[in-house]
Amino acid sequence: MQIICNGQRRELEEDTSLAMMLGILNLDPNTVVAEVNKKIIERDQYEDLRLRDGDRVELIRFVGGG
Amino acid sequence: MLTIADTTFSSRLFVGTGKFASADVMRRAIEASGADMVTVALRRVDLDNPEDDIMSHLDRDRLHFLPNTSGARNAGEAVRLARLARAATGTEWLKLEVTPDPRTLLPDPIDTLKATEELAREGFIVLPYINADPILALRLQDAGAAAVMPLGAPIGTNLGIRTALQVGIIIEQARVPVVVDAGIGAPSHAALAMEMGADAVLVNTAIAVAGDPVRMARAFRQAVESGREAFEAGLGACSTVARASSPESGIIGENLDFIQEGA
Repeated sequence: MQIICNGQRRELEEDTSLAMMLGILNLDPNTVVAEVNKKIIERDQYEDLRLRDGDRVELIRFVGGG
Repeated sequence: MLTIADTTFSSRLFVGTGKFASADVMRRAIEASGADMVTVALRRVDLDNPEDDIMSHLDRDRLHFLPNTSGARNAGEAVRLARLARAATGTEWLKLEVTPDPRTLLPDPIDTLKATEELAREGFIVLPYINADPILALRLQDAGAAAVMPLGAPIGTNLGIRTALQVGIIIEQARVPVVVDAGIGAPSHAALAMEMGADAVLVNTAIAVAGDPVRMARAFRQAVESGREAFEAGLGACSTVARASSPESGIIGENLDFIQEGA
């Protein structure tokens, strides 16, 4: 299946969880906040949330700013 | 001591974390500034640099984080960013920025008010970045803003407090703390804002792009402390005509003959 993560298309296996995708991307779940189809996903749901074909995922974190 | 929304701060200097040449310089500059409030922004993760995380360079036990909504062009985008910031940190604190025009980055007063109303209802501690508009400051205070952050000059310009007259009116009228933000380019600008009675100032660019950001951070710390001390001491009144500093009585000789003869 295909999802769009931070504007880029990505091929993932069916039933990949959000936590698994973060693992594939080498991201520490504690340093990011995730939105799936514009809905914020709480960290304790990362394991349970299964991504679906066509999902739009935004992975966001803090950067320097004024 | 500065108190915003029942939280006390030991420093009246808030520091932004943008534009530093390295995480190490940023960390040392923040330490030298004495600031215990720092701003951060939210952006998409750079998927090619997954390890690059600013929070790992900041002392989360000591520092208070003020996430901003930079990049938001309207109230809806600002509210979305605010909710993301809360999910990311668990903090309700928010520097609300709504800047529709990328050239001036001036804040939209109408959408800033709308977003403040919504976010205050949702329990956020909202510190809106505004043009130095005294009427807007009062409207935001009534809408539940925890402080107001009027600009001295546009973001990143280092032009100083070009809005001194209006900032002075805001300070005089507001019941919530006034944090002068944007445009502060030199320690003297920060000192002026503090002498005027601002509760705090937020500085980013002037420290981050200085030749030596760590020393500049220290200079700002001293300026903010000095300006605040002067405000609390009570500045003398201004006058358009001379007011002699030396005694006006007991002058020797009606036409100062004595001094002229001796010369």
